[in-house]
Formats: sequence, structure tokens, C-alpha cells
Amino acid sequence: MNILVCVKQVPDTTEIKIDPITNTLIRAGVPSILNPFDAYALELAIRIKETNGGLVTVLTMGPDQAKSALKECLSAGADKAILVSDRAFGGSDTLATSYILSTTIKAIENKTENFDLILCGKQAIDGDTGQVGPEIAEHLGYGQVTYAADITVDGENLRVKRENEDHYEIIETQIPAVITVIKTAYELRYATIKSKMAANKIQIPTMTSIDLVIDLERTGLKGSPTKVKKTFIPQLKKSGIKIKEETVRESVLKLISLLSDATLI
Amino acid sequence: MNMLEDFKNLWVYIEAVDGRAKSVGLELLNPGRRLADINKEKLIAVVIGDDACNVAKTAIAYGADEVILVEGDEYKEYSTDGYVNVLDKLVEKYKPSTLLIGATNNGRDVAPRLACRIKTGLTADCTGLDIDEESGNVAWTRPAFGGNLMATILCPNTRPQIGTVRPGVFKKIEPDFSREAKISRERINTPKEGIRTKLIECIKETSGEIVNLEEAEIIVSGGRGLGKAENFSLIRELADVLGATVGSSRAAVDAGWISHMHQVGQTGKTVQPKVYVACGISGAIQHLAGMNSADTIIAINKDEDAPIFDVADYGIVGNLFEVLPVLIEEIKKIKIIKV
Repeated sequence: MNILVCVKQVPDTTEIKIDPITNTLIRAGVPSILNPFDAYALELAIRIKETNGGLVTVLTMGPDQAKSALKECLSAGADKAILVSDRAFGGSDTLATSYILSTTIKAIENKTENFDLILCGKQAIDGDTGQVGPEIAEHLGYGQVTYAADITVDGENLRVKRENEDHYEIIETQIPAVITVIKTAYELRYATIKSKMAANKIQIPTMTSIDLVIDLERTGLKGSPTKVKKTFIPQLKKSGIKIKEETVRESVLKLISLLSDATLI
Repeated sequence: MNMLEDFKNLWVYIEAVDGRAKSVGLELLNPGRRLADINKEKLIAVVIGDDACNVAKTAIAYGADEVILVEGDEYKEYSTDGYVNVLDKLVEKYKPSTLLIGATNNGRDVAPRLACRIKTGLTADCTGLDIDEESGNVAWTRPAFGGNLMATILCPNTRPQIGTVRPGVFKKIEPDFSREAKISRERINTPKEGIRTKLIECIKETSGEIVNLEEAEIIVSGGRGLGKAENFSLIRELADVLGATVGSSRAAVDAGWISHMHQVGQTGKTVQPKVYVACGISGAIQHLAGMNSADTIIAINKDEDAPIFDVADYGIVGNLFEVLPVLIEEIKKIKIIKV
């Protein structure tokens, strides 16, 4: 099974603070991490490879520093990593990003062999859109399954456990397919010191627009149908009333009386 | 070449499951009406299913001016290929200016595929909808960066403008089942070989409880403070008396006490209930990202300094094993929570 995992390097959104004076995000000093859902997708890919054989390639679009996320993937067990990077790609929305990634995937397939399975995290924790995976599937004309919690492979058949709002679904499909992955039962394995050192030595190839058959009108800001009109910091909830009475029953009764005053009860 | 002004009317996709409309589609008819009125457009509901006439009638009761109904055996269950095919053909024929889709798992499955086929812009998981005064475009407002930032997005040059909208943000109007409106039936086939996924089985929770956190009005969540799986019975009991859905923090899921379907937070679900009760949850930022837009947050935690109290409207500082039984007892006395 020839597997591609599309990953993204994201700011650790849990470390983001708000500048109280300018009321803007403080991004400086926020660590960059491998998007958590992509880590689950990678672990799933490695497990599929271990049972079925094959290769795991990771692909990301981003600036040169995104190579550190790719190295993390290599040290955990990915076989190959590719960065696609070009100034013309900056400011791309999901439609433009998925176009660039699918064009890159075609270029890689032209040089080597086709991917049977393309995995993405269900969404990135910075943009939270969850759109790039299905849009890659559409660009490539492949079938898709989103919100996968597990995948089993039987020859060309894929059996996907998909999470829906109030139940799981078992969905069957065939390769080639694009599958987006939620938090699974399998955390990404730890890299060893040896694998980290090996990954550090690998020269990660960078593809640019020159390496692709690509219409630059469809990339970057001008290739993006959505435009950001404005951004703002949401009003944060202020902490409310803390109840700590003499006895538990008094605390509970006070809570109920407060809820009643707020017409919640 | 289609011009922007060729595209008219605001569509709301009404997702149907087993012949019933999901709540979020009906909710979206409410803001849909407002946006359509501003731009002097019609509000049209789109319904797909195998036997979905009742869903179409429900959409009329909740305010649709017209309904486009597509029925076929191949649409009994949701499939990406089948439903995208239908929506794409409908858009091509009728040219709506705007399409609102509920941000359910299936909604967020169909929308990007459709937007990419049409080559138009899509804004995900919106929590605010308006019309941009200057341009008349829909102004889609959505959280990003784990809820730390809000962005307002426009899609000025392509049509239709599409957005998925989070369940629970907008309220349904009072339905009027005496309303009448036109239902246009469209026959659109998707050949069997054009549907590449096959639903083999649905697996519900073994306990039989319903876990639709995205649409829940009240959620009672348990966390690490519960100590062990069996203690979730306290959470379930409180949820029962409140008519609430059971949620959990990541810690409880990772400990194996409850399934991931219940998890609220960054690697779980983002919820928007009217009331969120956090029991034994310290309030890690990852958890807060999934629930801090609840209307009212109630926290029960023995650690007075737990960050959950920073976002809680009401918090009891105390041992949940002592607080919860008394709370359950007192609420049983009152019986009904108004929501």
C-alpha cells in the first residue's frame, strides 16, 4: 500500500495569548507543532504499512521551517517527506491550497507511482476548516471518507470506522481514496534518539511551482475565492460567581437560587 | 460564462436522517430569512432523501418560501458522491446566490467537495451570519485558532457563496404547519457505480444513550475528577434529571472511562449548548476551546484555583461526590429546567 499523509505545521493554539493592550494575538514565541490530527493520520498510515507493506510519504505545504514538522514525521516512521513551497502560494485559502497539494500529488505520482491511500487529519487546529482533505479528493477525482477513527485494509478494499454525531458507521470503499482522520485509539509513536538523528540527516526535497503543472492564477491570494474581511478577538467570558458555603447542601441551594434568578431553572 | 447577478436566492440545505429533518437545517431557516430579505431574495430549502416529503413540509413550517425536493432510492443513506452530485446539478440549474449547510459531520463532508467542484468559496463552521453593507455579500463570521480569534470572511467573486454553520447558534422559529408553499420535485439520478462508498453498518453506543453533543441544549460533562469509569453513573444521573447529554474531558476518554464520541474540546467536539455543567474538569485550554461558547457554564470542582472557574458563570467549590448527589436530589424537587 503506497500511502501519502498530508500534514500541516501549526502554531500550538493552546499557547496563544492575547495582547491586552492591542487586543491582538501574540504569535511570537508560540511553538510550532505537527497538527495533532495529522499525527493520528500518520500513526494510522504507519500501522497500515506494518500490516500490509508499502511506503509512507508525508507532504506539507508551507515555509522552509515546516521541514521540522516533516522531520518529526520521518523520525516517527515515515519513509519519505516532501515540502512544497513557493512565495506564489502564500495567502491561499482551502480551495487554492487543495489545488496546490493535488497538483503536487500528481507531480509526485508522475515521477514515482500512484498513491493508493491519501490520509489527512480531519482539520488543522489553526484554521479548523476541515476542507482541504475533501477538496484534494475532488481535485484528484478520488472517493472520500471523512472523520475516520480506524481503517482496515483488505487488498483493494478499505473498511473505515467513521464517526458521526451520535453513532459510528462502517463504510466500505476502494483504493484510491482520500480519508480524513479524527483522534484515534493510537497516539503517534515516540521517535527514538536513533531515528531522530537519522531523520535530521535526511535532505528533504522542496518542490516549487516550477516543478508543477500549475496555473498560478489559481494559487495564493488571487486564486482564493474567500477573502478575510476582518479579524477580531472574541469577548472572553468573565469569571462568574464562585460558591463555597459552609455545607454542601447550602452550596447547592445557593446555586439553584442563582440559576433560578437567572431564569435558568 | 455566468455573471454574479445571474445567481439569486438563498438556499438552506435541510439534512434529513430517516425521514426527519436535523435540527440545524431548520435553525438556519431563521437567519436565512433575515439575509434573504435584506437582499430581496427568496428563502429556498433543499431536501434530499428516499422518502423526504415530510421533511419538505417541515421546512415550509419553519419558514421556507419554496422547497426543492430530490428523492431517489440511492439517497436513502447519505453518500458523498450521491449528495454532491445532486447539489451540483441543482446549483447548475437554479443558480442560487448563497447556500447554507449545517456544520454536522455529513454537512462538513459534502460542503467542501461541492465547493471544490463548483470552484467557489466555502467558509467553515460559522457562528455569525450577516450581509456586508458595502457589497451585499454574505459576511461569514467564524472562530479560528481554537476560538482565540474570530474572522469575518467574504466570497465576493464566485457564486454560490457557501458556508457551513455550527448547530445550536441560531434558534428555530415557531413552526406554522398551516403554511403552504411550492415543492419542486427534481429527478436527479446518481448511477450506482458513481457512489464509491457503501454504508455497511451503523454502530450506536451500547448503553443506548444518545450522544448528539452538537445539538444538545444541556450537557453534563465529567472529567478526571471522577476517578474511575463507574463514577460516570453520577454524571449520567444528573444528565437524566436535566434531560442533558453526557460529555467528557479528554482525560476521561484517554483513561478509557467513556468513548471518544463524548469528548468535548480540541481533539473532540465543539459544542454550543445553552447550559454546560463541568464536573471534575479542571478546564485545560484544550477543553475550554470546545465549550467556552456555551451560554451558561456551571462548574463543580474541589480545586478552587482550577481554570474552569475562569470561564464558569457559576461554580461550586467542593467534592463532586458530595455535591452531585445533593444537586441531583434538589433538582429532582424542581423537576423542570427551562431552556
